[in-house]
Amino acid sequence: MRSVMRPRHSVLGVVLALACGCSRGPDTASAPFTPQSDTEVLEQVPARATDARARERAALRQELDAQPRQLELAVRLARLELKEGRARGDPRHLGWAQAALSPWWDEPQPPHEVLLLRATLRQSRHEFDAALADLDAALREDPRDAQAWLTRAVVLGVRGRHAEAEKSCAPLDTLAGALTATVCRAQVDSVAGHSGRAYARLSEAMSRRGALGSPEEQAWALSTLGEAAARSGDTRRAELLYAQALAADPDDAYTRAALADLLLDLNRPAEASRLMKDHATDDGHLLRRVLAETALGSAEAATLTTELASRYAASRLRGDTLHGREEARFALHVEKDANKALTLAQANWEVQREPWDVRILMESALAAGTPDAAKPALTYLEAIACEDPGLLALATRLKKAAP
Amino acid sequence: MNRFLALLVLLPCVALAHKPSDSYLRLERAPHGFTGRWDVALRDLDAVLGLDSNGDGALAWGEVRDRQQDITRHVLSRLSVGTAGAPCPTTPEGALRVARHSDGAYAVLDFQAACPTWPSALTLDYTLLFDRDPQHRGIIQVAGGQGQGTLVLSASHHTVDVPLANLSAWSHFGGMVLSGIEHIWAGLDHLLFLLALLLPSVLKRSPEGGWEPVDRFGPALRDVVKIVSAFTVAHSLTLSLAALGLVALPSRLVESAIAVSVILAAANNVFPSIRGTRWAVAFALGLLHGFGFASVLADLGLPAEGLATTLLGFNVGVELGQLACVAVFLPVAFMLRGATVYRRAILVGGSAAIGLIACVWLAERALDVSVLPL
Repeated sequence: MRSVMRPRHSVLGVVLALACGCSRGPDTASAPFTPQSDTEVLEQVPARATDARARERAALRQELDAQPRQLELAVRLARLELKEGRARGDPRHLGWAQAALSPWWDEPQPPHEVLLLRATLRQSRHEFDAALADLDAALREDPRDAQAWLTRAVVLGVRGRHAEAEKSCAPLDTLAGALTATVCRAQVDSVAGHSGRAYARLSEAMSRRGALGSPEEQAWALSTLGEAAARSGDTRRAELLYAQALAADPDDAYTRAALADLLLDLNRPAEASRLMKDHATDDGHLLRRVLAETALGSAEAATLTTELASRYAASRLRGDTLHGREEARFALHVEKDANKALTLAQANWEVQREPWDVRILMESALAAGTPDAAKPALTYLEAIACEDPGLLALATRLKKAAP
Repeated sequence: MNRFLALLVLLPCVALAHKPSDSYLRLERAPHGFTGRWDVALRDLDAVLGLDSNGDGALAWGEVRDRQQDITRHVLSRLSVGTAGAPCPTTPEGALRVARHSDGAYAVLDFQAACPTWPSALTLDYTLLFDRDPQHRGIIQVAGGQGQGTLVLSASHHTVDVPLANLSAWSHFGGMVLSGIEHIWAGLDHLLFLLALLLPSVLKRSPEGGWEPVDRFGPALRDVVKIVSAFTVAHSLTLSLAALGLVALPSRLVESAIAVSVILAAANNVFPSIRGTRWAVAFALGLLHGFGFASVLADLGLPAEGLATTLLGFNVGVELGQLACVAVFLPVAFMLRGATVYRRAILVGGSAAIGLIACVWLAERALDVSVLPL
């Protein structure tokens, strides 16, 4: 099909097609070309010569290729790939981590470390029940595994099973220290609509105990605290805490996205866009940038919108439905299609129950003029006795809008 | 232990932030098997083959080009194309190219799969990258029918049988109709020719030899339908002759003659000389344009079977495309027909412009040079 259009038609063809009110044929977005020069850079890849982490992973992979059943090597490589995936927002690293674990991947009872990593990878693909099964198995084997308890708390929190999540934080007091346990509880409290309480308890614990160990852990605590501040309406403090978290760990894509969301809510899109600008390979960051540029009404908005829409289309093509929350925001604020946003938000609601999932369902229902569609969210907020002012304000608007 | 805690906790939320690894494989039926285009992400190829030879993290075209043979060998070895009991060996065709997808640059491999017999079912076994990335997916399209959906192949589901018989005559017919519509809309020379014939259709000759507006819409519409249909019938005729291999004309000659036909049609609007029926002109020159369409059909790859549906579908598509343009053009032209601006600027000016463009084409095609911006 590709050689149908002989080139001489192209420019004038568009002009006349427009004049005739006819549109032109298939898109040529991925038309192949031969680069002009050998020095043209086509893609950024892990730098094996200059990046020590990339070199280490490459060396490990080579070793592992020679002896694939070396558990210790495999676990080390899988952890490094996970870490890289977190920093770059590129899920290829998760696939590469899984490949390292492949000799044990399909076993019903793989080694303990593999269970834990498999749970994390499964969770990243929203296979929450399978992830929980792995974590439960890991904890049956070793009830003193702090990592398994913590990951379990997070998964349960995402699913809206807050009481169980809270219970999963308890063993951390003795296994990992009081502060880690407090961060765990604060995270659960914060997604459960009690961000004020989460903030008070965590800030008190942090001032009493001082900083946690590694930069990543500091960033984790600061980011959790910042998120609680944002949800409880203290946006100035949230901004400060997010900035501190990013200073402690500049690779923390999660916090960077949270800060961008905060700036968007504060109607400061120019700053949000600047923050996201250098991270366009990350779909989540690109979404925030598109939202910001759309709010600014800039010339770039259209190009970025097209790019993000085609990434979502590519994900759907491979059968992924992992972007429900983000796609709903895209549909609502960029495509201005409230009905589409509502459909996406409803499907997402079946999978995830974090504050953003509640919020996007309520916002879409409001915009679509069908407040009844947000009923599950309202029931949920009542059931968890939510105290977050932002969510409660939305709920009030919905109740007023309902006939 | 503690050091690792925060890392895993935060991971799930950001892990979704990017598109995982996919490759895009498109297969089309060809006279002796299939032609394929396979787009594979350069990031994936680098992970498997280590393309970034200087290790600086910036993958340059030179580094890719140097490894072209390795890439082609590796990628093609990960696909087996076959029909019931008979493999269709793949061979690369042409040099490696590059395409930009929404998530980065991809290597584009063109290849052929030569089948010993005409396949009635296609068996694919796709094993690219699964050993390196179990989350990799092969996104596969087998063209030839519009109803044919996209196949997604994964590590656990990597072989598939595509029943080619499912490409029913009807879906094939539908595909050809679309091809015809696409072609008439993208094929500027045919459209300009038609436009040159249509411009005067809301006018008639005055006794003094100039133009004056027609009184009613009906006769203008009849006139237009006659012209368009005559054009279609004529080009269907020659297109079929050419496609069946009964007549073959050199394409440069045909393309040049088409340009001449556009010039003549335009000139006749400015200096009315051919009296009588424009549908006859449309028929005569339509014979010529049919040979032009034939080269397009050859590009699309004619199937050995179902030639009649192919031709009919393509012709119906061309006719529909033309009628759609007429439906937009005629009411507007009819409303404007009384205005002097229609007779002066649009009829004379437009025709002159069409004639000029066609002159450049004629020069390009006859002399085989390129003048108009591409």
